[in-house]
Amino acid sequence: MQILIATIIKDFRILLRDRIGLLMMFFMPVLLVIIITSVQNSTFELVNNNQITILVANRDQGPEGAHLVEAIGRIGMFHIQVADSTSSNTDIASRLHTSDALVAFIIPKQFSGTVQAKAKSIAQKALADSDSTNGSITDEPKPEDSLIMFYHPVMQESFRHSVEGALHSAVQVIQGEAIVKDLYSAVNSKSIPPDLEKEILFGQMPMSRIPVSRSGIQVVPNASQHNVPAWTIFAMFFVVVSLGSSMVREKNSGSFLRLKTMPASYLNALFSKQVVYVLVGFLQATVIFALGRLLFPHIGLPTLHLPGDLFGLALVTLACSWCAVSYAICVGVFSNTAEQANGFGAVSVLILAAIGGLLVPSFAMPAGFQPWLNISPLHWGLEAYYGLFLEDGKLKDVLPNILSLAGITIGIQLLTLYGLKKKNLI
Amino acid sequence: MSIPAIAIQSLGFRYPGQGANQFEGLSLEVKDGERFGLFGPNGVGKTTLMNLMTGLLRYKEGSIRLLGHEIKDHPKSINRLFGFVPQDFAFYPELSPQENLSFYGAWYGLEPAQIRKESDEILEVLGLTSVKNNRLETFSGGMKRRINLAIGVLHRPRVLFLDEPTVGVDVQSRHAIIQYLKTLNEQGTTLIYTSHQLEEAEGLCEKIALMDEGRIIAHDRLDSLLEQHRQEGLEGLFLGLTGKRFRD
Repeated sequence: MQILIATIIKDFRILLRDRIGLLMMFFMPVLLVIIITSVQNSTFELVNNNQITILVANRDQGPEGAHLVEAIGRIGMFHIQVADSTSSNTDIASRLHTSDALVAFIIPKQFSGTVQAKAKSIAQKALADSDSTNGSITDEPKPEDSLIMFYHPVMQESFRHSVEGALHSAVQVIQGEAIVKDLYSAVNSKSIPPDLEKEILFGQMPMSRIPVSRSGIQVVPNASQHNVPAWTIFAMFFVVVSLGSSMVREKNSGSFLRLKTMPASYLNALFSKQVVYVLVGFLQATVIFALGRLLFPHIGLPTLHLPGDLFGLALVTLACSWCAVSYAICVGVFSNTAEQANGFGAVSVLILAAIGGLLVPSFAMPAGFQPWLNISPLHWGLEAYYGLFLEDGKLKDVLPNILSLAGITIGIQLLTLYGLKKKNLI
Repeated sequence: MSIPAIAIQSLGFRYPGQGANQFEGLSLEVKDGERFGLFGPNGVGKTTLMNLMTGLLRYKEGSIRLLGHEIKDHPKSINRLFGFVPQDFAFYPELSPQENLSFYGAWYGLEPAQIRKESDEILEVLGLTSVKNNRLETFSGGMKRRINLAIGVLHRPRVLFLDEPTVGVDVQSRHAIIQYLKTLNEQGTTLIYTSHQLEEAEGLCEKIALMDEGRIIAHDRLDSLLEQHRQEGLEGLFLGLTGKRFRD
């Protein structure tokens, strides 16, 4: 025990005297979390709060084109810029290159005619006997009568799908309104009253959006709740760069040679490193969470709401930190040079983060990748953090994740022992 | 008859992946309390033999006994019997001499009070008391060599292995180190020393072995060897027995 205490004191002294290293150890993760959260927050706000500029060219002379423009405006997602309806498709598309807008939408000349013809056809068939509903409702519109959406290639696919979905819903409202108007005229032999028309157009069913939580307390997820825990785990695992290479340097140093000739086992040195660096990882996470709570609101980022179960949070953080440190030591033991440890360590953490669902949410990953999730310790750490931060769960809810993380950590430790034996280090 | 400090018998060793044996049937004995020097050109196996004697390398053929204990059978428990002063600086430069000694003392299994007592004594003898709380990274080469030695002798070992303990130091530091080694020897510590500082070795070693191509080519008292080969100094003896061809 005296050996271990002396080694822990030695490791702490060395760590505390490397002020620049220490600064990097805390400053870089904080910077990483702030930058990623800011970037994700602006994307989040772009979709949810800010409006996307859309260039709309309405070539339709009838009422439906104007209704469609109004319906698009009602969605709330777009800031409409009206383009000259006489401009050519090429001219409108070229305005996306000058960054006037990310999306351009062209309503064709025959839009009202097409919508009304289709509505009339559907209404007639709906009022006729059921047999006549077989077959196509109406002819497909000609290509020149199609709606056109130009989009800037920088738009990510998922974002483009959201825009497409919003535009489709606006078109459906217009089509639905036309059908109802025709049906109303056919049934009542008079035009639809303007109030009813308006209700059909804009009287959508309200929808409440309620995030589920285990405790029943509704914490609306924001960019901080998603990103701070995720990138804190990533930062903790990045200890592989400093600790892994420091292990290699120590292995090749005279002090290690001397330790090998001493009556105590080198395992004391490894255990001490685990104690010291697990505490460092824990402190890193504490600093980041504190900044998320105290600093973020002052720099325009959403406040990080800490989970109700702080003991659970501490345990998950310790489990993540222990796993990260074990991984760094393992990389250090198997690497022969600091360059090997740095290169392999950094890239492997990036890979583990990718397959662990840090870069792309695990539910959005290809089916072939799903089984690989389980081998990434970052996945289990992230699931545990999300269980606490997003679902407001308790320790018992995230215990399976902690146990999986501990299982992987023990596996890494056994691999490290094998490496130490194989390299004649113990 | 006392137990030899080191008794090597029929030692065979080769590095993994190496075709030929580094040593084959090598035997050597160093008596308890001797000041013994191991010399030879670069690359003939002095450091390998030192690493085998200190348990840093493991052997399969033959036997190495340290004060009667077979090294390969007791890789850790007998380590308290010897001290090792490697050629590389073997300490933490971010720490002070006192902090280094406290750490290594604990690893030797010494109690904190004993560490303090021994540290104070050694630092005083080696002229490091006034800087015992300064960081080693600020020290001169000579001061670093002295602390490298201090760590190796902190636990008062019965046998002390020294690999080039004075390389790169000034005359004053060399003198202090050699005088201290002689004092330790007078107190009963066996010295097993290797160096290319032949003049210094002549003043320190009473018995020497010359190695070449993995073999011991001469092993006796220094004065006997000089007389036998009609040489006036160790350098002449060295060149006379090993020639002028490079080995590395």
